[in-house]
Amino acid sequence: MNAIEILGLTKEYRGRRVVDALELSVPAGELFALLGVNGAGKSTTIKMLSCLVVPTEGDGLLMGRSIRTDSRRAKEVLAVSPQETAIASSLTVRENMELMAGIYGRSKGQVDQVTAQLGLKQWAKQRAKTLSGGWQRRLSIAMALVSQPEVLFLDEPTLGLDVLARRELWGVIRELKGHTTIILTTHYLEEAESLADRVGIMNQGRLRAVGTPEELKTLAGCVSFEDAFVALAGEEAAS
Amino acid sequence: MRVKAFAKRNLKEMLRDPLTMFFGLGFPMVLLLLMNVIQRNVPVHIFELNTLAPGIALFGLTFLALFSGLLLARDRTSAFLSRLAASPMTAADFLLGYLLPMLPVAVGQTAVCLGAAVALGLPLSWNLLAVAASLLPSALLFVALGLLCGTLFNDKQVGGMCGAILTNVTAWLAGIWFDLSLVGGPFRTVAYMLPFVHGADGAKAALAGEWAVLPEHLMWVSAWAAAVMVLAVWLFRRRLVER
Repeated sequence: MNAIEILGLTKEYRGRRVVDALELSVPAGELFALLGVNGAGKSTTIKMLSCLVVPTEGDGLLMGRSIRTDSRRAKEVLAVSPQETAIASSLTVRENMELMAGIYGRSKGQVDQVTAQLGLKQWAKQRAKTLSGGWQRRLSIAMALVSQPEVLFLDEPTLGLDVLARRELWGVIRELKGHTTIILTTHYLEEAESLADRVGIMNQGRLRAVGTPEELKTLAGCVSFEDAFVALAGEEAAS
Repeated sequence: MRVKAFAKRNLKEMLRDPLTMFFGLGFPMVLLLLMNVIQRNVPVHIFELNTLAPGIALFGLTFLALFSGLLLARDRTSAFLSRLAASPMTAADFLLGYLLPMLPVAVGQTAVCLGAAVALGLPLSWNLLAVAASLLPSALLFVALGLLCGTLFNDKQVGGMCGAILTNVTAWLAGIWFDLSLVGGPFRTVAYMLPFVHGADGAKAALAGEWAVLPEHLMWVSAWAAAVMVLAVWLFRRRLVER
């Protein structure tokens, strides 16, 4: 079953198409990485699929629920961990988790489970603003997970983190694979290569190539994934 | 459930901010004490407790606009509101979640201010409860103004709008420190078109037991509160989802 169906999704701002007739299917449990240079249309795509931006044309189905005509039910199955760390800074770690559980009608048992799963138990009583950047990002992902989403959007989850913190978060994300459908946007190509089942490369609002990292390397005739990305994204940008 | 969870969070965010406690509870009390000391040292009656206390109780409520505006603006300019906007929360959930925690704060502010006035010599009477009740439409008005500013501006701008401009406008146009008739003319006319002086006059009337004039003042403030709240809700809904 496909968790996400994108059907001609388009967004125009004052006549300028920033996302252009996107078509994509993502099977349940897959981790799909969306790559592209700045302004490629990744963030707008994620915002449309998260029901934060209304599409100009087309539609997206999350577990069969339309983001245009059934956004209230679509929101029940999705969660977002935004690029900026989105936490309530004066609340403790546990209070942040309980807030999200309350909003989605989840139990305190679910809070306990996700707190343990993401290794946040030791910080549970600490105010969120006193955590390091890496732990704040981990809390931000935990807040998304506490709602037990079927579709999870991770927008640049490791941006600005040091190598160790980034690797730790990769471990967390790997554990989610198979259970939750994840759309990951990132500028770190090694992150996409390491984590993603499939990768989509966007440029100028269009999806230029889709495949596993190996398939994209073969398609571009390159040995490294970075060269493949540059070839596929750059070539299309020049055309 | 969603409103309760969000309102609880907002109340905690407010109460954990020391500035909230100072401006919300301490500052009106300091003003009351200061004016009372001045009154004791001047031969004329300018700051009598029976007119000063209801006025300062109203003035204290202006900080609700600052609290609600800052909370919303910070959520909006950070990614926190985006996270919640992608959840099943509706616009009504958001606004109730911001509004409801302000009400106990308003009641607490009023109780502290009137309690201090009683300690300074204001006679204890049932009319004090009527004063607190008469200030509720003003509390709603200031929260609505805060939500309007929080929807339109960033937190620094809200600080200027609600923390400086609104407090000054209320202080000058509510007739707290002086009788507006002393200035008269267009100043008085404009002041009586705005809701602030009606909020103060209503509270004074409640304390004095002048029930006949109370409904007019309450209706004036309530109409303003409703109009500002409708505008805030409309703008918030438009900004919650980008079209």
